Amino acid sequence: MKPLSTVSGKAIPFGAKNIDTDIIIAAEWLKTITREGLGKGAFQSIRASDPDNVFDDPAYAGSPILIAGDNFGCGSSREHAAWAIGDMGIRVVIAPSYSDIFSGNAVKNGILPVVLPQSAIDRLMEVAREGDPIHVDLEAQTVTTEFQDRFAFEIDSFRKHCLLNGLDEVALTMERDQAIGAYETRRTTDQSWIMRGTAA
Amino acid sequence: MANKPRTLYEKIWDAHVVETRDDGTSLIYIDRHLVHEVTSPQAFDALRISGRKVRRPELTLAVPDHNLPTTARRDAKGARVPIADPQSAAQLEALERNAPDFGIRYIGDADDEQGIVHVVGPEQGFSLPGTTIVCGDSHTASHGGLGALAFGIGTSEVEHVLATQTLLLQQSKSMEVRVEGDLPPGVTAKDLILHIIGVIGAAGGTGHVIEYRGQVFEDMSVEQRLTVCNMSIEAGARAGLIAPDETVFRYLKGRPMAPKGADWDDAVAYWKTLHSDVGAVFAKSVVINAADIAPTVSWGTSPEDVVPISGSVPAPESFPDESKQAAAKKSLDYMGLTPGTPVAEIPIENIFIGSCTNSRIEDLRAASKVLEGRSKADNVRWAIVVPGSGLVKRQAEEEGLDKIFTDAGFEWREPGCSACLGMNPDKVPAGERCASTSNRNFVGRQGPGARTHLVSPAMAAAAAVKGRLTDVREL
Ligand code: SF4
Repeated sequence: MKPLSTVSGKAIPFGAKNIDTDIIIAAEWLKTITREGLGKGAFQSIRASDPDNVFDDPAYAGSPILIAGDNFGCGSSREHAAWAIGDMGIRVVIAPSYSDIFSGNAVKNGILPVVLPQSAIDRLMEVAREGDPIHVDLEAQTVTTEFQDRFAFEIDSFRKHCLLNGLDEVALTMERDQAIGAYETRRTTDQSWIMRGTAA
Repeated sequence: MANKPRTLYEKIWDAHVVETRDDGTSLIYIDRHLVHEVTSPQAFDALRISGRKVRRPELTLAVPDHNLPTTARRDAKGARVPIADPQSAAQLEALERNAPDFGIRYIGDADDEQGIVHVVGPEQGFSLPGTTIVCGDSHTASHGGLGALAFGIGTSEVEHVLATQTLLLQQSKSMEVRVEGDLPPGVTAKDLILHIIGVIGAAGGTGHVIEYRGQVFEDMSVEQRLTVCNMSIEAGARAGLIAPDETVFRYLKGRPMAPKGADWDDAVAYWKTLHSDVGAVFAKSVVINAADIAPTVSWGTSPEDVVPISGSVPAPESFPDESKQAAAKKSLDYMGLTPGTPVAEIPIENIFIGSCTNSRIEDLRAASKVLEGRSKADNVRWAIVVPGSGLVKRQAEEEGLDKIFTDAGFEWREPGCSACLGMNPDKVPAGERCASTSNRNFVGRQGPGARTHLVSPAMAAAAAVKGRLTDVREL
């Protein structure tokens, strides 16, 4: 996973609320058995129905930042939504709130989900629409612009650590093998029926 | 901790904490993992690439469901009928290879036990009260109907669970949805959960695990409880659960993977401790009056967009907040509906009875009861029934339900997710409406441009008979 510390560049001024994962990546794209190339299918229904959509606007091509609305990524648990956004080249999403599953999936795929209040989003939408750059600094936990805007954001310290260092969560957890083994031993002694699973 | 009154969710959570980190996240042990063909190939791939093994293969069960066609899977000679879509075929092949490679029990596409993961888990006794259950599908919350803490995960988490049998999680808050009184006659578990989502909103449960409480739930069968918990995610909640009781124990006893002998007694003794303590604190509490609920249908493209069947399509201006007004306008546009239209006048061209929400035997019985001696209206172009599993299918056939459906003009299919998600050949054509017993009415969910109206099985059957949304109580 690619580490992420600062990201600077243009942002896509999207801003729509309650964007569900079906809109981010439609079901027909879920059939892949690899993770790459999903960016082509991202936000397909919006692209098809609105010729002036922000995703196909050359002014925002290659932007590493996406500005979104409340409850972004609601709906299904498909991680393809995070893969699709990553495959578009986006490293940071900024929104007032996310579905729990989406924000978790984003972090696991090296995408930073920044939470800022609606007033900050409104301001960043203006900046983005003008094509002016936005700077995101994960270490300092700030979003800034060329116009002295400075918005501080909160992030869970573990997620921050993983993003900054590009850490793979599976490897991190496998280091806790002893603790997991101790739990399993306790379980097998006290409640062996739980541990039988398909072998019951 | 031992003395503080705890909610059911807190009890299950506490029992699964392997360790808690300084930042407040916990490593949670996962007891049961269900795997299907769509969200697992990349996870198995990642294991292979990094040379990792599955930590506890017996705690995972694999079954294909999402994009299997629901037409015959074997020809007269027993040979596989090829799947036309190459990607679907590749995903099925990947699962058929990955499960044995990693030592995981696999239920094949033509086995009697095959079905939708969330139907198979309880049916096999793999899903048990008090366990943590995950699956790469957001409707995993279903298993909460047995009193399990069950939730959907993404593919990276599928890999994480396969390799470590744990997940790193932040504890959610407990939320109580208390229903008082009894449901009026003709009102089902599906109507109740649609109504609940309408009241609390599609984001009303965000950050919470919902516990459904009240006599209504105690009186429900396990199948009805599964229907209620299934849709918790549509209210934004991480999971939903109902305290296990004798009804659940009776349901599980003797199922193939349920505990046996002395194990059974141990398990039941433990399960009896699984309820919220008196004095336990819920971060959020919503009270619903059951008597207020009528058969409920959705009109828009969010599961919170519901009205009683006696109601009308709402005007966008009727919503207090601006963004909801804009969303309602868009929904109505997509759905091709005019404000003020009585919902009972909305014509329906397609009927889908199935999905992990409503494809169990009681659902099929409820729908067939309405259809008995009747047939679908002429304007209903396509009507299908997709049993949740091969075992449900067989049971229904033994009861003669298949005959009632086919006599009424329905197609009787092989088990799978089918038209719930428009990933397999069962799709609703653009611009057409479907009265569907599934759980999501999102834009394009049942196929590009498809217009979904979420309903109960009895209401789907009634819509088939009348060719429009109809109050089943008037038939
Ligand atoms: S029936 Fe629908 S919601 Fe249920 S598991 Fe299948 S796709 Fe998911």
